[in-house]
Amino acid sequence: MGFFYYLAAFIIIRRLNKRLKGSSLYPKWHSLLNVASVIAILLFFGIHAAFNDGVVDLAGAALLAGMAYYADKEEDLKDWRILFEPTYPLIGVGVITGLIELLVNSFYEKYDTYFQIAVTAAFVWIFARWAATKKQEEQLKVSIERRAELEVLVKERTIELQKQKTELEETLKELKTTQSQLIQSEKMASLGELTAGIAHEIQNPLNFVNNFSDVSAELIDEMEEELNKGDTAEALAIAADIKQNLEKIRHHGQRADGIVKGMLQHSRASSNVKEPTNINKLADEYLRLAYHGLRAKDKSFNADLQTSFDESLPLVEMVPQDIGRVLLNLFNNAFYAIQKKQLIAGPDFKPSVSIITAKKGKSIEILVKDNGLGIPDNIKDKILQPFFTTKPTGEGTGLGLSLSYDIVVKAHNGKIDVNSIEGEFTEFKITIPV
Amino acid sequence: MKILVVDDEADVQPLFLQRFRREIREHEFDFDFALSGEEALAYLHERHTEIVLILSDINMPGMSGLELLSRIRHEYDTPPPMVMMITAYGDEENHRQAMDRGANDFLTKPLDFNLLKEKLKTFNK
Repeated sequence: MGFFYYLAAFIIIRRLNKRLKGSSLYPKWHSLLNVASVIAILLFFGIHAAFNDGVVDLAGAALLAGMAYYADKEEDLKDWRILFEPTYPLIGVGVITGLIELLVNSFYEKYDTYFQIAVTAAFVWIFARWAATKKQEEQLKVSIERRAELEVLVKERTIELQKQKTELEETLKELKTTQSQLIQSEKMASLGELTAGIAHEIQNPLNFVNNFSDVSAELIDEMEEELNKGDTAEALAIAADIKQNLEKIRHHGQRADGIVKGMLQHSRASSNVKEPTNINKLADEYLRLAYHGLRAKDKSFNADLQTSFDESLPLVEMVPQDIGRVLLNLFNNAFYAIQKKQLIAGPDFKPSVSIITAKKGKSIEILVKDNGLGIPDNIKDKILQPFFTTKPTGEGTGLGLSLSYDIVVKAHNGKIDVNSIEGEFTEFKITIPV
Repeated sequence: MKILVVDDEADVQPLFLQRFRREIREHEFDFDFALSGEEALAYLHERHTEIVLILSDINMPGMSGLELLSRIRHEYDTPPPMVMMITAYGDEENHRQAMDRGANDFLTKPLDFNLLKEKLKTFNK
């Protein structure tokens, strides 16, 4: 049975030689391994001829153990350890068999069949392990290929996703541009509505400027007459009047100036700079603009404008042109509502729009109320949505209240409350923290 | 002749007083002022017999000039004061409404004070 150890060594060496073929290690190891395999066989015949079976077994086991040890230590062969590892049972069996043969030969003689079976089994084990390893390797190879395929797929998907991300980012950018364009066009649309109101508001102070300068010229003529007559007292009285008129001219000039500045501010993109603002003054200004704006378009329109301003209101930090736009929007809506109601209501209907300001705790409240058409219950939750409008196409952008919401709630930490009964009234309440 | 000027712009008062300086000094005209339709009605309630002519703006907050005109025509017909309406919106519709409600004349802003003076002097005769 001793031949099995040397045969195993021979086969391992041959197999290693075959496996190495094609690798960079082959030239170095090729001849060495050929020689080694022959030596293994020769070793068997040499030892077999000179010693008894026990020594043959022990020497065979030692040969295999030496090869395993060498493969373990040799850097070049570290990938091929799997060829040597399955020999461990055979080495064990060889050592035990050899020792028993040498030390208790009678025992061996008695049970030699079992020892032969053990040696054969350990020998076969080597090939069984190799077959199993080969199968595992094949599976590993398949899974490596699969992994490579998956990696390619993942890479493709990643590229695809990145492309989609870029596209989405582009779209988002476009949407943002469109949004700011819409906001700007909403501003310009409301400015258009304002134009007539602004013209009217500027006309009044301009009339005063013209009239007071005309009358002052007349007064100077009169003053000259009085001076020529020697009535100094009257001349001084006239001079005082002229001085007063010049102040009036200046006052009304500034008034017109303020209106034009306000108009420019309104059309300009919001600077988002908050400044202490007199809400009463702001509300009054925009109420007049809105009213005269509509009045210029619809000559028969007239409404009772009621203002109730809490004079004790503190200045509130806000972006005045933004809050102005909110108020303008609410006024325009209120006028629209009473105008529409006027068309269907009887002659007894007295259209009215009121604005009330008040301080409530740590906030200020601005209440805009009209006795117009009111808001039907089924659209109450939609009125703040962008692009929602009840106006005919082309008349409303549907952005007024939605932008108002953004301005009040998002930019000023305030809130907008709506209270309305269809056919009766609508009340918008803006609350802004001081 | 006593004239009531109704306008929500307070500076209309010194303007009229200066424009009609000579006439006032010569007691040809005498002006009083009201800042709203409501104020004008309250004034008329007290002394409508003194007032010969009313000059009223149309666009005022609260009671409009047209409404004031209707009220005057409704409540004070013995003797009826003359009423001239003034407006920045000199359109047909406003003119028609003013005349329908019984205005004696209709003037547009900016006021031509020379024309107004002529008209007032004609009325005075």
